[in-house]
Amino acid sequence: MTEAPRRTALDATHRALGATMTDFAGWDMPLRYGSERDEHVAVRTRAGLFDLSHMGEITITGPQAADLLDYALVGNIGGVRAGRARYTMICEAGGGILDDLIVYRTGDQEYLVVANASNAQIVLDELTARAGGFDAAIRDDRDAYALLAVQGPESPRILKAVTDADLDGLKYYAGLPGTVAGVPALIARTGYTGEDGFELFVRPADAVALWEALTAAGKDAGLVPCGLSCRDTLRLEAGMPLYGHELTAATTPFDAGLGRVVKFEKTSNGGDFVGRAALEAAAARAESAPPRKLVGLIAEGRRVPRAGYPVVDAAGTVIGEVTSGAPSPTLGKPLAIAYVDAAHAAPGTEGVRVDIRGSHEPYEVVALPFYKRQK
Amino acid sequence: MSNPQQLRYSKEHEWLSVAEDGVSTVGITEHAANALGDVVFVQLPEVGATVTAGESCGELESTKSVSDLYAPVDGEIIEVNEVVTDDPSLVNSAPFEGGWLFKVKITAEPGDLLSADEYTAFTAG
Repeated sequence: MTEAPRRTALDATHRALGATMTDFAGWDMPLRYGSERDEHVAVRTRAGLFDLSHMGEITITGPQAADLLDYALVGNIGGVRAGRARYTMICEAGGGILDDLIVYRTGDQEYLVVANASNAQIVLDELTARAGGFDAAIRDDRDAYALLAVQGPESPRILKAVTDADLDGLKYYAGLPGTVAGVPALIARTGYTGEDGFELFVRPADAVALWEALTAAGKDAGLVPCGLSCRDTLRLEAGMPLYGHELTAATTPFDAGLGRVVKFEKTSNGGDFVGRAALEAAAARAESAPPRKLVGLIAEGRRVPRAGYPVVDAAGTVIGEVTSGAPSPTLGKPLAIAYVDAAHAAPGTEGVRVDIRGSHEPYEVVALPFYKRQK
Repeated sequence: MSNPQQLRYSKEHEWLSVAEDGVSTVGITEHAANALGDVVFVQLPEVGATVTAGESCGELESTKSVSDLYAPVDGEIIEVNEVVTDDPSLVNSAPFEGGWLFKVKITAEPGDLLSADEYTAFTAG
């Protein structure tokens, strides 16, 4: 697996802006353009523009598209109305998470599934494997879309300057087809930053024109280009899980505190879906005797916890593990998300530390998220 | 970016000022600061500590990673920059000036310190 990283339609734009690039899931992506802290603050207070074209799009069409997705995924996809979106997951038969997804219902018999870049092939293969007997077609649309995101409190005003679409009528987790800066787009009110914002799915050939139009429209509002580094700290503050960190094939949605995405009550396919039995057992286990819980940790000191660092008690006994950690620009302190033994997972639990390269640094246990925007 | 001509450089991306009474000021280069991204925490050696060229004597933490701080020479730490401990962003904003890290009384120098031009060529590769 030493293939050259793939480049998005905006590659030359990023390089012209002086971006520091990084290999992410086989893609050469902008890590940051200048200071990642400044980019983070811009999204929290004004607006940021992201290239997320590495995300993996898969289109499902046909009379039984909804039934297929109800069977293949854990959510109640048939219950999603046209023009709305749902956060959901695809699990193994054993209940382990294969990926977390956003599914947009783009038509009566059409859905757009958006997978993480690192898992897009697995999701495509699993959907295909699970499609037997359903009157539905699966189309690999990874090369059909570029994805740009405008995130931050100024994003509605910026987008309104370049589209006639009814943004006020577009609710959180909704998407509608429209035209933005003369470019046909699926306009979705979704994001991964904890702020209001939009994701725009467009043809790759239109990506540069749209980027430039948004940059111009956002100039006075303080819109800046933003890389994946600040996207990670933004989602961490917002307590949003990241596949490969909080979510893995060894974790069920219930272990990750996201059991609400599993809809046992769905009735299509006689209520059957991949992973159902294992997830029922996982739900019962999480209710009665959870081994570990996902919590937030806030540092008292300044050293930064990193994924994989042990969480320890006052005696130095390992009681958990950090899954994500970073310095938080908003709180001004290092933060971590960690799986911690249930006995130590209650907010305010005393004596919880993170082993930072041999030094046991004190941490406060809190409920997620760390940051919630004022509406 | 340009590397000041009067400084010397290590291959671990530290700079070293011209010694006065055997004492040099040490920091990390702009190239290193840019590669790290926003520095959020620095752990500097203790005043009085003995350091060895090429060996770790502290840490620099950025948003994405933690990196060792290497001593560019053998010697004794005689002063550390407390201002940068309180405001690590100086490492990014003024790596060759206000973002200096420590002063060291040199007891021995390695033979492979680089001139500004040599360091520029080293980091261009």
